[in-house]
Amino acid sequence: MMSRSAGNRKTFSFTGEGKDIPSIGKKREKGKIVASLEEAFRLAEVRDGMTISFHHHLRDGDLVVNMALDVLAGMGIRDLVLAPSALFPVHESLLRHVRSGVIRSIEGSVNGPVGRAASEGLFSSPVILRSHGGRVRAMQAGELRVDVAVLAAPAADAMGNLSGISGPSACGSLGYAFSDAQYADRVIAVTDNLVHYPAVPFSIPQTLVDWVVPVESIGVPEKIVSGTLRVTRDPLRLIIAEQVAKVVEESGLFTGGFSMQAGAGGISLAASACIRERMKAAGIRGSFISGGITGQSVEMLEEGLFESLLDVQSFDLEAVASLASNRGHAEMSASFYANTASKGCVVDMLDVAVLGATQVDTDFNVNVNTESDGVLLHGIGGHMDTAAGAAVTVVVTPLFRGRMPMIVDRVLTVTTPGETVDVVVTERGVAVNPRRKDLLENLRGKGIPLMEIGDLKKMAEEFTGIPKTPSFGEKIIGIVEYRDGTVIDTIRQRI
Amino acid sequence: MNRRRLRRTSLYIPGTNPGMLANAEVYGADSVILDLEDGVPVSEKDAARILVRNALQHIPYRRAEVTVRVNALSTPFGRDDFREIIPLAPDAVRLPKCESADDVREADAMMTEIELENGIEPGTVGIIAITESARGGRNLSEIAAESPRLIALNYGAEDYTADIGAVRTKEGRELDDIRAKVIVAARIAGVQALDSVFGDVNDLDGLYAEALRVRLLGFDGKSVIHPRQIPVVHRAFTPSDQEVGFARRVMAAFREASSRGAGVIALDGRMIDAPVVARAEKILALAEAAGCLPGER
Repeated sequence: MMSRSAGNRKTFSFTGEGKDIPSIGKKREKGKIVASLEEAFRLAEVRDGMTISFHHHLRDGDLVVNMALDVLAGMGIRDLVLAPSALFPVHESLLRHVRSGVIRSIEGSVNGPVGRAASEGLFSSPVILRSHGGRVRAMQAGELRVDVAVLAAPAADAMGNLSGISGPSACGSLGYAFSDAQYADRVIAVTDNLVHYPAVPFSIPQTLVDWVVPVESIGVPEKIVSGTLRVTRDPLRLIIAEQVAKVVEESGLFTGGFSMQAGAGGISLAASACIRERMKAAGIRGSFISGGITGQSVEMLEEGLFESLLDVQSFDLEAVASLASNRGHAEMSASFYANTASKGCVVDMLDVAVLGATQVDTDFNVNVNTESDGVLLHGIGGHMDTAAGAAVTVVVTPLFRGRMPMIVDRVLTVTTPGETVDVVVTERGVAVNPRRKDLLENLRGKGIPLMEIGDLKKMAEEFTGIPKTPSFGEKIIGIVEYRDGTVIDTIRQRI
Repeated sequence: MNRRRLRRTSLYIPGTNPGMLANAEVYGADSVILDLEDGVPVSEKDAARILVRNALQHIPYRRAEVTVRVNALSTPFGRDDFREIIPLAPDAVRLPKCESADDVREADAMMTEIELENGIEPGTVGIIAITESARGGRNLSEIAAESPRLIALNYGAEDYTADIGAVRTKEGRELDDIRAKVIVAARIAGVQALDSVFGDVNDLDGLYAEALRVRLLGFDGKSVIHPRQIPVVHRAFTPSDQEVGFARRVMAAFREASSRGAGVIALDGRMIDAPVVARAEKILALAEAAGCLPGER
């Protein structure tokens, strides 16, 4: 290549199209398709010790993570860092790759058996747990450097435009995969639904994707999205949901333009249903629902109760269909959703967030990671992000589950700091964080059973007694990273 | 034992389910029925008895009246139920299959004996009698008058209609007769009249209509079998604005007349006698329980 100067600018002489810069875009014949995952890994020059990332939009129906690790193990690759946005019970078979040294450690959410194995001390280094927003921030900051992202794609064209709204493994939004596509050095798309170019509308553009690998199947449809998520008929949960709706109604935020996020858990879904009725009764038209989107959110959009849905993951078939057809239903990336280091994220615009908990303590700290027995079983999701962002954060929990109190002196693991939690709603009483005197004023005298959180704790213990604290060893098996990259807590090995 | 407490709803809780026993009063029923009788299979009678006993011992019930539906003393389980349950002094036992005053007398005697053995003031535990047969229906007045423990009469719609050979219908005309008997017997004895369950938990409109009908007939409340029925029955037992308004005026006139020491009370030119005052008190109590306090109107 000839270089010379033109003024103070260094320039190069033209030598012919595609001669000097080998164009990866010039692929009219067969696009970016490679025959197998193994070939794609070879082209990506996967080596021992690299970091491989995945998204979890196929949830417990995912076949791609296990498939990829089986191939990498077969290639003799070792010492990998796995960086999934989340793992599910289906990924239990990864444990043999941990034992054999193919996988060294995990940076990502672990739901179920992989978390349990971590709690038993299987990994030599701790699992790094990050929120949805925190994971993107870590990639952006270079703290989580992904060498190769392997992205399951329910629909893909030969150039690597990817979409989640069609195909046998349709999952709707690909929200969590955007950061992987953007920040990984190499991006491999895996699809069981190769469509004609261009795959419009696409979520992840071809500009970010290196290779496309067609396979027989990427997922088990019935485990990817559920059928219609029905509102629970469990009377206890309905009582909590009804209290949440009352709190929201009297919060001072229940006016035109109201926005909210509530998950797909039993109580959250029921709370949405109660809020929906109250919006109708009061004639209130909200602005948006964000986060995980369900059929119920879609119905509220279509009833005109909300103007838009901001969808980072689609929980059921109705949500998937709506994302494909409703103009007011927009896909969003995890960064757009919850990344505090972005130039503006949705959680900061939220009026009300309704969140679950495995434990809450008298300082309003919330644990969503470990169960009452101290075992790591759940990821953070967007919990700490939405709690920090929303104007009013409502945490819902039964006072006790089985024989375990859910309100305790000190949570076993702090996932979400109490300073970001405003109200705790149980079936027997509602506690408002004393920091929120304004909210307490709004809720007083409205027929809401307000109590001090310490009294709620005592009431729980009247039923359950004070359980023995589980015993932990010295070894740290998990690090809970706050959304800003600081460490908020650690999780020790169960012994 | 509180004869006059509000009993708009009495929620059945199967004695075999520890979780439901723990959460029995959370749903807001005025009274809960921890059930050892028909809600418990014969093979689990002893297990349920132990669970309910432990629930009474350990669960801090605060808001609701706590009652236990024991097995009839004529069954092999009744005596053991009394022996285990009475020492824990629930607010009342619900006595099923009450056929005659003898059944009440027998229960009363046994309860007194157990109360004395356990250092409990005799008469502490009340009785709510449940009539489930033609014979029991005929003897309601005697049943109601037999014991000072008796706080309410109730009937079992399914067993009663089966016994008299009636067919259960949605509109419930087959219950007209027993309902009238329960009301009249209860009023003569000065106890409460409680209506039977509405079986279709999915038909909340039907439940509301029936609950409203029995309130207008004079019933004080209704048994429920699912928490979702509670707010519906409470709504039906919430007096209308007109009823509350009239009741307030009656009470004002009553107080005014009492302060003057006047024997005769008049309102709008009509004489107000004791039953009218009693009804006004009841309506205001219902209104207060429903959260529409007279003062806030």
